[in-house]
Amino acid sequence: MKKLVILGAGTAGTIMLNKLSAALDKKEWQITIVDQNETHYYQPGFLFIPFGIYTRDDVIKPRRDFFPSGTEVIISPIELILPAENKVKLANGKVLNYDYLIIATGTQIRPEELDGLTGDGWRQNIFDFYTVDGAVALSNFLKYWKGGKMVLNIVEMPIKCPVAPLEFVFLADWWFTEQGIRDKVEIEYVTPLPGAFTKPIASKFLGQFLEKKNINLTTDFSTGKVDSGNNKIVSWDGKEISYDLLVTIPTNMGSDLIARSGMGDDLNYVPTDPKTLQSKNYENVFVIGDAVDLPTSKAGSVAHFEAEILFENFLRKIEGRKLEPKFDGHANCFIESGFGKGILIDFNYDVEPLPGKFPLPGIGPFSLLQETRMNHWGKMTFRSVYWNLLLKGAELPVESQMNMAGKMRMQQ
Amino acid sequence: MAMKNLAGKTVEVNDEGFLANPNDWTEDMAPELAKEEGINTLTEQHLKVIRFMRQDYKEKGQIPTIRRIKNASGVGVQDLYALFPEGPAKKAAKIAGLGKPVGCV
Repeated sequence: MKKLVILGAGTAGTIMLNKLSAALDKKEWQITIVDQNETHYYQPGFLFIPFGIYTRDDVIKPRRDFFPSGTEVIISPIELILPAENKVKLANGKVLNYDYLIIATGTQIRPEELDGLTGDGWRQNIFDFYTVDGAVALSNFLKYWKGGKMVLNIVEMPIKCPVAPLEFVFLADWWFTEQGIRDKVEIEYVTPLPGAFTKPIASKFLGQFLEKKNINLTTDFSTGKVDSGNNKIVSWDGKEISYDLLVTIPTNMGSDLIARSGMGDDLNYVPTDPKTLQSKNYENVFVIGDAVDLPTSKAGSVAHFEAEILFENFLRKIEGRKLEPKFDGHANCFIESGFGKGILIDFNYDVEPLPGKFPLPGIGPFSLLQETRMNHWGKMTFRSVYWNLLLKGAELPVESQMNMAGKMRMQQ
Repeated sequence: MAMKNLAGKTVEVNDEGFLANPNDWTEDMAPELAKEEGINTLTEQHLKVIRFMRQDYKEKGQIPTIRRIKNASGVGVQDLYALFPEGPAKKAAKIAGLGKPVGCV
C-alpha cells in the first residue's frame, strides 16, 4: 500500500482529500488526514457574525461530514514533520509513515505578537473577527454600543483574506446606519499599506469607496504596540491613534508545527514552488492553501484553484511524469460593500484586479470592480456552494487559471 | 530604465531609484543612496543591517522582511525604524542595492 498523508482538514486539505480519494485506487492507496479538532469552520462567514447576519451555528459543521468513506481520519495535534525520514509524529507519540505528504496547515492570527494587544482591553473594547469566538464577542459588544470612534487596524501584512477588513468597515457603515447611530460613530481604517488595498487600481477604487462612506483612511501605519490603558495604538515611529473600539487584524502566521519541523520562513510559511505547489525542499511534499509562502492572497478561492492544479500534478507525480507549472496565483473575491451590494475582484500573480465583466456560464456575468446587487447575491450564495460542492471537490464553472475575457486594461 | 552614476560607476536604476541589478552594488555606493533617503550619515549600526540584508539575499534569494531582519540580525524593530525612518524594509533595501521589496497581496 502506498501512503498519502494530508495535514490539515480545512478548506484546502478537505478539497484535496475528496479529489484524490475519488481518483486513487483504494486497493493501492491508503489516505490519512490529520487535524487537531473536529469542527470545520466556514471562515468567509465570520465577517457577518458581528452584525448579527450569521450566528456561530451558521458557520460550523463537523469535519467528518466532508470526509469520503475509506479515509483514515486522525484527530490529534501534530508534534513534528520529519521530511527527511518521510514521517509525521503525532502528539501522542504515534508515528505515521508516508510516501507523499500534503501540507495544508493554514494560517492563524497571533494577537500575542503585538505588544499590549492581549492586555486589559482584549475582548473588552478590543476584538478580532478572524476567529469565531472573537466575532461572537464583537457581536455582543456591538449590540449595546452607543457609538464613539471605531478603529480598524491591520497590524502587519500578509493577512488571510486581505479584503475582509475593508468589508468589515463597509458593513459597519451600513449596520450603524441601520441602528440609527451612524452620526455618532467615527470610523477609521488604519493600514500599513500605502493605500486601501494591495494593488494600485483596486486600491484607488476601494479608497474612493471609503471616502464615499465617510470612513477615514490612514495609510503607512506600522503598528508597534497597543496602549490599552489609554485606548491608543502607537506606530513604530511614534504616531498615535486613539480609539473607543479597536477591531484588530492581528499578525498572521503559519502553524508552529512548521517552525518546530524547521520547514518554514519567518512567518512559518512553507517555501513552495509558485507554479507547481511542490515543496521547494522535498520532492514528495506538496503545500496548499494558506500554508504556502506565495505572493497571492491567502483565501479560499485561491485554495480551490490551487487544488485543481495540485490534483493534476499529484497524479503526474505518482505516474513519474513531469509536473506542470500551471498555477498562476489566481484569486477571485467577492467584497461585501454594505446596503445589499457587493464588488468582485479577479486577479493573479501578474494581472492586478481590473474592471470589466466576469463571465460565469449558466448564471451570467458578474461585474468586476463595480458595486452591484448581483455581486452581493454571489457572496451570500457562496456559503451553500462551499458546503455542498466546493469542499466535496466538485467541479465548479470557474476556471482555475485566470482568464482575461471581459477584463478592461486601463491606462495608468 | 534610467542610468545613474554612483561612486564613480554607472548603474541601471528603476523609476524609484532602486538598483536594477543587485550585483552592480558595492558598499561605497551606500552613502549616496542613503542621502537620497534622507540619511546623511551611515553608522556602523546602519551598515550592520545593510550587510545582513546583502548576505541574507545572497543566501535566500529574497529581500528580507522586517521580521526576518529582526529575527536573524538581532536589530529590533524599534531600532530599525530609528535607523531608517518611516519605511525600514524599503529604505534599507534601496541603500543595500536590492530591489523594491515585493508588495503584499
